[in-house]
Amino acid sequence: MITLAKPLPWMKKFRPRWLTQGVWTVLSLLLAVGVWEGIVRLAHLPPFILPSPGQVGRRLGLAIADGSLARHTLTTLQEVGIGLLIGVVLATFLGYLLARSPLLERLIGPYLVASQAIPTVAIAPLLVIWFGPGMLSKVLICALIVFFPVLVNTVVGVRAVPRDLRALMHTLRATRWQTLRYLEIPASLPLFLGGLRIGATLSVIGAVVGELVGSNRGLGFLINVGRGQYDTALVFVATFTLMTLALVLYGLVLLLEWRLLRWQGSPRDHH
Amino acid sequence: MSVATAPALDVVHLSVNFENGSSELQALEDVTFQVWPQEFVCLLGPSGSGKSTLLRVLAGLVPPTQGEIRFAGGQPPRIGYVFQQANLMPWRTVLENIMLPLELQGVPPEEARRQAQAWVERVGLSGFESAWPRDLSGGMAQRVAMARALIHDPDLLLLDEPFGALDALTRERMGSELLALWQAQRKTVLMVTHSISEALLLADRVLVFSPRPGRVSLDMPVPLPRPRSDELRYTLDFIHLARELRQAIG
Repeated sequence: MITLAKPLPWMKKFRPRWLTQGVWTVLSLLLAVGVWEGIVRLAHLPPFILPSPGQVGRRLGLAIADGSLARHTLTTLQEVGIGLLIGVVLATFLGYLLARSPLLERLIGPYLVASQAIPTVAIAPLLVIWFGPGMLSKVLICALIVFFPVLVNTVVGVRAVPRDLRALMHTLRATRWQTLRYLEIPASLPLFLGGLRIGATLSVIGAVVGELVGSNRGLGFLINVGRGQYDTALVFVATFTLMTLALVLYGLVLLLEWRLLRWQGSPRDHH
Repeated sequence: MSVATAPALDVVHLSVNFENGSSELQALEDVTFQVWPQEFVCLLGPSGSGKSTLLRVLAGLVPPTQGEIRFAGGQPPRIGYVFQQANLMPWRTVLENIMLPLELQGVPPEEARRQAQAWVERVGLSGFESAWPRDLSGGMAQRVAMARALIHDPDLLLLDEPFGALDALTRERMGSELLALWQAQRKTVLMVTHSISEALLLADRVLVFSPRPGRVSLDMPVPLPRPRSDELRYTLDFIHLARELRQAIG
């Protein structure tokens, strides 16, 4: 009797133990690059439509060598860093107040929801007009786009603090500050970090949108330059750098979750 | 128990109403009783007779609508509270959960840790100091809650059906352990329970509450000798008292 769920004996022979997830990732990347190279060769595409992996690699080497990649990456990184910081701090602060004050929520809650109907991407040009093509407008767009997911998760997180634990803190005569430190912050941390994870990836999008609209520095600017000069390989280099940036940020938040939320156990334990 | 001293707790004509939209719900009506220092008092009664509400009022979690609560010394006492669910902080280990009250009092962490360690041993959880609450059984979690309620040397121990969520066997064992702890610490204890035998085994005195609005319908001393053991359940005195309580509950 053959069951499809179990691997057949002959399949095991072709699956050595060292073929772990990491190896699969590398294989998958190699496959993607191979397909890419194949498309370029078979379709005889000119480099300004789709450069080959090799051409992108050479352009990357050039951009590293002349220092332009580092310079523009640093600019975007600064915008993302400052924007993320401002957005998260403001959202956390306001989120906490909203969660603890029904009056405040009724007063400004509707505006916050309505503000989400405005696509941040659409008001990016406005912000560049008002605050100039420099770093400030990018930082603001970044902060704006990060703000809402972090705010919502903070509100939900603080609301989710168990009532009995609040009662416990009360019977132990904890001060306002102690309740915040020993109960509210740790209890809402899982949801807050979930919001931060979303915010971190969005922050890169925010900075790039601002740079695309109007700037003279940053990876978004580099994409614009590449497009203008039909240097499509440069567009690819900048795009891959942005992806790496977003992935690293995402990874950092995951690391933070892993460090701070060990008490939750690995997700596997719950299934 | 000696009537010469001042009561640890004096509840005078206490009423508690809850506003529920337009209607008002009377949880407690004209409740008056006293508790003496080091006395173990059980509150017995059907669900909804306001026993838990009474504990919450005593702990300052719910304001009284009418009447008064006087504490010995005139000041609100230091309280140890045990909830029906263990109510542990899932992000803290067993040891960290137990030391929380000391931390809130500003005891240096090293000292708090040392005392918490002693309590871990006292409630039989050696080896589980750094376990997370999610890895504990119901009985173990409730032992942690008990240690947490006692570590800061409270004047008044309030137990709100602490064993209500446990299985019958664990419940009996926890009762004996609580008895041993109380024997050693001699706190003033108020404990809500649904179990007649638990009340008789533990308490110096049982207050029976009537259905809503809650009122004290019987104030019965338990003249069984101490130290008490589980064997007591099968004595004639115990059975007579149990029947009396059963009839009072109605």
